[in-house]
Amino acid sequence: MELLLIFMLLFMILAGIVALWTDELLSAVIAVGAVGIGTSVAFLLLGAPDLAITQIVVEVVALVLLIKVTIGVGVRTTSGTPSPKRLRLAAAVSVLLLLVMVRSFTGLPEFGSPVMERVDDAPSIVYLEEGLERTGSANQVMSVLLDFRAYDTLGEATVIFTAVFGALVLLRKKGKKDREDADGGEDEE
Amino acid sequence: MNNRSLIVSRVSRWVAPLIFVFGIYVALYGHLSPGGGFPGGVILSSAFILTLLARGREATLKRLPFGVAKKLDAVGALLFLCIALVGLAVTGVFFANFIQQRLPGEPLRLFSGGTIMPANIAIGLKVAASLFLVMFALSALRISTDEKDEPIRTLEDK
Amino acid sequence: MVYVLCAMLLCVGIFGLISQKNVIKIIISISIMENAVNLFLVVIGYRRGGIAPIITERIYEGVQFAEKAVDPLPQAMVLTSIVIGLGVMALMVTMALRIYHVHGTYDITEILKSRKKAEQ
Repeated sequence: MELLLIFMLLFMILAGIVALWTDELLSAVIAVGAVGIGTSVAFLLLGAPDLAITQIVVEVVALVLLIKVTIGVGVRTTSGTPSPKRLRLAAAVSVLLLLVMVRSFTGLPEFGSPVMERVDDAPSIVYLEEGLERTGSANQVMSVLLDFRAYDTLGEATVIFTAVFGALVLLRKKGKKDREDADGGEDEE
Repeated sequence: MNNRSLIVSRVSRWVAPLIFVFGIYVALYGHLSPGGGFPGGVILSSAFILTLLARGREATLKRLPFGVAKKLDAVGALLFLCIALVGLAVTGVFFANFIQQRLPGEPLRLFSGGTIMPANIAIGLKVAASLFLVMFALSALRISTDEKDEPIRTLEDK
Repeated sequence: MVYVLCAMLLCVGIFGLISQKNVIKIIISISIMENAVNLFLVVIGYRRGGIAPIITERIYEGVQFAEKAVDPLPQAMVLTSIVIGLGVMALMVTMALRIYHVHGTYDITEILKSRKKAEQ
């Protein structure tokens, strides 16, 4: 079980490195799709089927989006490789960050024993024990998402609305240049 | 764009309704099985994205006009907010699960969970409509790399 | 071990974010980082031999659910995070298309060069 998870994680790291290494943009997009599907399988192993379903569907749509922006406009390869100076800087920053993170992991509980096992009055225990009678929902993730913590979900809906609205505004008929040539800019959607 | 494969467009005509029904199922049974509004909404939108990719924009617009999708987006968000406000009005707590408190349903049946099912429907509508809007706007965008002076084609001048 | 691997995945994303010059590659790096963070949050809530936090008929009969299920709280938060990630990716993709429309390339250094030329 844990071995399978480690295997999935190694697969994802490998796919991520391939996605950054290759010059072909299509291969990079497919490799990042492999990372997403690895995440989905890992969620399934970790007892989170809701997340696995969501991740796999989201990954498919994201893949379509990314292919649209690469093959759709006819760009197939990256031009030129990053300079060695840039590579060294990136390697230094990421290795430093890795060391800091590994150092800070000593304060976390062991893998397989969540915080709610240590703390007696953790909110998760209340959600698990009283979720069914207080919300009537058999799926405790949904009872947390839409009942106990629905306020977060409202904020999340706002974020999606803002992101989509921003995308639609960017895809308006007139680009910036054309708008400056024409009148000031009262062309709201 | 008439060079689409006949097989793909035929098969997508059969598969898209099935995906659509599956999305509705995932959204409706979110409180009983894995799923819920978020994946349900993405699956619903992916049914339309399949139609868009396989059969073009006219066929998609016949099924879901752009204006209707915009309105569904707003309706989903407002429905979610309305559920919260009704909870505030009935019990005095924002996002209170007023249906479950007043008339609790039998657990592990479809009509249980109070406001969770309507909230799932609202979220599903919202996510599906937003993703469809973005994908449709992207599909309408054509960029000519050769002549940059020509303005790009977007939604309005189709 | 699992934590360290999640951190390594995050660092792969950060490495790409700093070193790459192509806008699409940068979007890809951000997507990898997103996956790593989501996975790490779910890993923290995992309980050894735990079951999914969904009550079915069989579990409903013989209780003990709260002692077995994994933590639902990080899962609920990550569920919203995944969908937000998709929305943000749609926004980034449209931004990249805009960049391509204005400059005719995805390469950041070339864009900077052309901008400097335009200023002079």
